[in-house]
Amino acid sequence: MPVLAVVLALLAIWYVGAVLMNMKLVRDGFEREETKYTTAELIAGTMTAERPLLAAPHQIVATFADDIFGYPPNSPRSLIYHSAVTLSATFLGFVMGAVFGIFLAILIVQFRTLEKSLLPWIICSQMVPILALAPIFIVVLGAIGVHGLFPKALISAYLCFFPVTIGMVKGLSSPDPIQRDLMRTWSATPSQVFWKLRWPSAVPLLFASLKVAITISLIGAIVAELPTGGQAGIGARLLAGSYYGQTIQLWAALLAASMLAAGLIALVGLTERAAARAMGARS
Amino acid sequence: MTERQFAGALAIAVIGMLAAIGLPLSSEPAMALYGRPLPLTATLAAAALFAAAGLLPPVWSIAAGFAGVVIGCAMSLDLLGDPAIAGNAAFGFWLPVLATWLAAGLCVTRLANLRPRDNAVARTVNLAIPLLFGAMVIYLWEVAVRGFGVPAVLMPSPGATAVRFVHSLPMLWADFVQTFILGMLTGYVIGCGAGFMVALIAHRYRFLGQGLLPIGNFVSALPIVGIAPIMVMWFGFDWPSKAAVVAIITFFPMLVNTLAGLAAAGHIERDLMRSYGAGHAQTLGKLYLPAAMPFIFNALKINSTLAFIGAIVAEFFGTPTQGIGFRISIEAGRMALDVVWAEITLAAIAGMAFYGIVALAERATTFWHPSYRT
Amino acid sequence: MADKVTDVKADPAVRRLAVDVRDVSLTFETADGKVNALANVQLQIAEGEFVSFIGPSGCGKTTLLRLIADLEQPTSGTLLVNGVTAGEARLERAYGYVFQAPALYPWRTIEKNVMLPLEVMGFSDSERRERAKRYLALVNLSGFERKFPWQLSGGMQQRASIARALSFDPALLLMDEPFGALDEIVRDHLNEQLLRLWDKTNKTVVFVTHSIPEAVFLSTKIVVMSPRPGRIIDIIDCEFPRDRTLEIRETPEFIKIAQRVRNGLRAGHSYDE
Repeated sequence: MPVLAVVLALLAIWYVGAVLMNMKLVRDGFEREETKYTTAELIAGTMTAERPLLAAPHQIVATFADDIFGYPPNSPRSLIYHSAVTLSATFLGFVMGAVFGIFLAILIVQFRTLEKSLLPWIICSQMVPILALAPIFIVVLGAIGVHGLFPKALISAYLCFFPVTIGMVKGLSSPDPIQRDLMRTWSATPSQVFWKLRWPSAVPLLFASLKVAITISLIGAIVAELPTGGQAGIGARLLAGSYYGQTIQLWAALLAASMLAAGLIALVGLTERAAARAMGARS
Repeated sequence: MTERQFAGALAIAVIGMLAAIGLPLSSEPAMALYGRPLPLTATLAAAALFAAAGLLPPVWSIAAGFAGVVIGCAMSLDLLGDPAIAGNAAFGFWLPVLATWLAAGLCVTRLANLRPRDNAVARTVNLAIPLLFGAMVIYLWEVAVRGFGVPAVLMPSPGATAVRFVHSLPMLWADFVQTFILGMLTGYVIGCGAGFMVALIAHRYRFLGQGLLPIGNFVSALPIVGIAPIMVMWFGFDWPSKAAVVAIITFFPMLVNTLAGLAAAGHIERDLMRSYGAGHAQTLGKLYLPAAMPFIFNALKINSTLAFIGAIVAEFFGTPTQGIGFRISIEAGRMALDVVWAEITLAAIAGMAFYGIVALAERATTFWHPSYRT
Repeated sequence: MADKVTDVKADPAVRRLAVDVRDVSLTFETADGKVNALANVQLQIAEGEFVSFIGPSGCGKTTLLRLIADLEQPTSGTLLVNGVTAGEARLERAYGYVFQAPALYPWRTIEKNVMLPLEVMGFSDSERRERAKRYLALVNLSGFERKFPWQLSGGMQQRASIARALSFDPALLLMDEPFGALDEIVRDHLNEQLLRLWDKTNKTVVFVTHSIPEAVFLSTKIVVMSPRPGRIIDIIDCEFPRDRTLEIRETPEFIKIAQRVRNGLRAGHSYDE
């Protein structure tokens, strides 16, 4: 209930904002054509402007629906097409990043030297705005002849391995000393300790960090599409919208990106629940 | 790792150093090590130090080992000054590099396994290990780029980047001011401040808080950077549009974290304030805010990286002719990768410094939190 | 504000009532339906008394204490503290409350923790300092002013929280199993100290515990409670001198009272669940 109320309030604020921000634009339009206009016409104009400063929600939804259903899914005008391009880079990057991140975490937990020498750099690397380096990757990889999906996926992977590594290091070292001692009293082998104690106790943190990782992966894929003047993908769509002043199209692309993000998180959440069930938890 | 394994591995490093003396340094005609007095002496000295490291007790062995590593590194960097070797390096050159790398790895491992009793020593060691590791990575990068002759358009060497960095300080400073101070810092302050204030209000009025928290959580997970082109349209090409993007990006994590933090005060602590008949403002100031500090700093830290990303990405959508993001995209297009890497170095330093300041402030304010207690 | 009662042996009836609970009931709404936390509780506590609530868990002894402190509100009945409602008494800062956990704020030093209620109540800076010093000395914590709570042992923390409850000199001290988490040796020691303090300051103490020896040793009056619904099943007077020591625990009187309490608890509670 409170959520609904706040959403409605935000929508109302949005509409008021749209009227106020687009007012001048519409008035200038009327005055250029030297037509007489009433206030009602003026407000109506702010709701239907072709290139508004702030698009009204219903305009965005209409354009969004049109971009989705108005064209065949493989047409470059269809949002489905662009979403698919971005989504494939996101997925590929996410899988690479997650696998690499888990692998790195296992290494770090196993070797004290790596924990002391490598982990600080991994943490430091996060304070560097890595996303901003996306163009270099694209350019450098382009120069050695790697184009298309892979460079974008690599950026996504580079961005999203970090939360996975950190989460897994935390998770794999989370068992109590008591529990480790218990395994010792049963003289369990290192691999038994890993699979029966460390890994299960890391699973909850793994999924928490995967949720973070998949959104970052999406952001990485979108940003990677910006500097290359890419022809396809949500990032390219944003760039095109910004060049040609197609504000409504921009918002629609943003809406698509948001829905992708929500969908991806939900997907990870579902996997989490399935994993919990497989591990014997009651749902 | 046992003493024997350690000594054995160091013996391999010694053999590697000595074996290199007779091997060719370059695929081009060039004098081998035995004909170059200074590098030869250095190689022998390094080999002797590695051998000593294998025999001495731990602390001395680490010192001897690192001395050998430094000499070995200096030697190979000196050899790269010879144009006949740079780009054509052969086995005689790579063998000492590998041997030095091995010795460095062994010494770092041994250092990491030391468990000093003194706290100050332990802290120094924990700081030294990643620094040594980083220095080794930069050394290997430099040697690999110059030894293999990797073209500068693909990957400049750290040395070339450092030279470019020093030579273009004025440009870098202008970019730093544009992106970091004007764009990012302004937006960061506005975004975090607004998120904090809204959280305080939402905490006071439960209904608002219950509505805002899920929405804030949801929006934090969205790719908000995408708002950048719209902000550029609204606020123009210059820094205000960047600040606006940063403000929007940083707002939601701050809101969500502060709300969570304000809810973190325990029941007993709240009852305590109630038993004193404290008002809302007093409870806020003496209980809720101090208890929320770890969460607020968490948001400040998350936001410090997010803000920088936002400021730079926003520059991809249009800028006046300066700024880190602008420079990176322009120079990357021109294949001037040393400038790009200089900008990256700048971004890295600025990013880490900013994060470091936030982290230090956190330590000073939330020293009482279980994660910091000593 | 505590008017000195010099002769404790005087008839308690002539003294003012510190707490007056009349026919108080409290029901909680939970997911599993209504829970009768307290049913028709009657209790009068005179000024200067040391009253213990004892009973098994779920008997409502903590709830009753929280009602007196206005941390919960009764569903029916009236509850007066110092002749006014519990809410008014709270706003008059009539009582100090000691919780099960020390609940010291980890970001404040021990001294600052003791000064917390004084800050809330608007005492002057010098007064705050002076009182923190005095009450920390009273609980034997002089010299620990600048330490942080997490640098102290559990017993010391709980003593600091008692100093904090005393710092604004309330006439009524409400203590909810304050020594429950401590080991027995520390507990005995703190019990003795608490008695000395009570003897010296003439405060009214209401003390929740589930330890029979603790209740008998400390109290002038023991209130035995029983669960489902929470109610008082016996009120036992304890006539030991105010300056009693731990040795009285070996006396026949002590054992007799303890037995009566134990019998009361057994009668009000079935253990076959």
